[in-house]
Amino acid sequence: MTEPGFAEIAALVRRRAGIVLTEDKSYLLETRLGPVLQRFGLASLRVLGERLRAAPGEAMERAVVEALTTHESSFFRDGRPFEHLRALLPRLAARKAPGERVRVWSAACSTGQEPYSIAMLAHETLGAGAARAVEILGTDISGEVLARAREAAFSQFEVQRGLPIRALMTHFAQEGARWRLKPELRGIVRFEERNLMADCGALGRFDVIFCRNVLIYFDSPTKTRVMEMLARMLAPEGVLYLGAAETVVGLTTRLAPLPGERGVYGVSAQRAAA
Amino acid sequence: MSAAMEAGRDCLVVDDSRVMRKAARRLLEGLGFGVREAEDGEKALVACREAMPDLVLLDWNMPVMDGLEFLRAARAEHGAERPLVMLCTTENTPERIMQALEAGAQEYVMKPYDSEILAGKLAQLGLLQDAA
Repeated sequence: MTEPGFAEIAALVRRRAGIVLTEDKSYLLETRLGPVLQRFGLASLRVLGERLRAAPGEAMERAVVEALTTHESSFFRDGRPFEHLRALLPRLAARKAPGERVRVWSAACSTGQEPYSIAMLAHETLGAGAARAVEILGTDISGEVLARAREAAFSQFEVQRGLPIRALMTHFAQEGARWRLKPELRGIVRFEERNLMADCGALGRFDVIFCRNVLIYFDSPTKTRVMEMLARMLAPEGVLYLGAAETVVGLTTRLAPLPGERGVYGVSAQRAAA
Repeated sequence: MSAAMEAGRDCLVVDDSRVMRKAARRLLEGLGFGVREAEDGEKALVACREAMPDLVLLDWNMPVMDGLEFLRAARAEHGAERPLVMLCTTENTPERIMQALEAGAQEYVMKPYDSEILAGKLAQLGLLQDAA
């Protein structure tokens, strides 16, 4: 049975974030939207649905989309792309002209674990010169998670997800009940609020793009549109990391998997030549 | 999930709290480990002599012989490589953590923890295949 309010909420999330909310996810609505109901003084999801249909307003729409699109994250999630990048990053850095940086984009970075993992990796592979050699941009649709990402302070639970204890000791300082990334690594990473449904071309060209476990929530036409945008924003020899369950097959010919790698993509040869 | 079981991984859980040992046993068995228990460092040393475990999950504060004393004694007796030792304790200051790492611990879990944290650390230690 469909939850009251589900149709309106699903329509909104699809329109604003391109995310298809299927009914088997309706159990999420209550827990995720509880704080939103409270904030706007609404009694139930049914009332929220009615308000969204009648007179939604920007603040309410935003709050709903944010509540339903933020995901729990962990450091060095799925290991493999980071191992690939560990080998790649020094080569990319060596190819740059003096004063030029390797540009890395963490698309849909949530609370910052992914871009900060990349920053730790840059520090480990390039040493103290990492700040001059690499710039990392994290973007997300949610301003709320980006505020948390900028703080770079994580709970004891969060710093134990994916982060080896030695990395915690090297790169974090304890501040009360939380652990905060040290300033030299925070300085490599910058955050901007962006919706992948909109044209992000103004962010420029990137040598490395992480866009993992985001596209799975989009419908096919949106997937294609986002992937083609990523292909345009990828430097000719740049790499794109997708999530383990994601593929470009049947969605775009502008991106092709790198030989012998899983989840690592480059700009297609024929397109690079064109 | 059965990666550890196929390799016959064996973990010694050292904690003076029976409840904590039970909780750890449940998580580790769920990940395919064989589990033995010891309630203090001295009993853990005896257990290591009987059969060397792949991993010791080690509480810090215990009567008779605490975790750090066990760690130093085990390193003196068996060397730096075996067994792998992962502290599992409410001690959570950088000073304490560094103390354990310098004494030869390979990893460190701050209580409270959950199965995801434990599995992630075991994978990093090479005791579990990455759940990819």
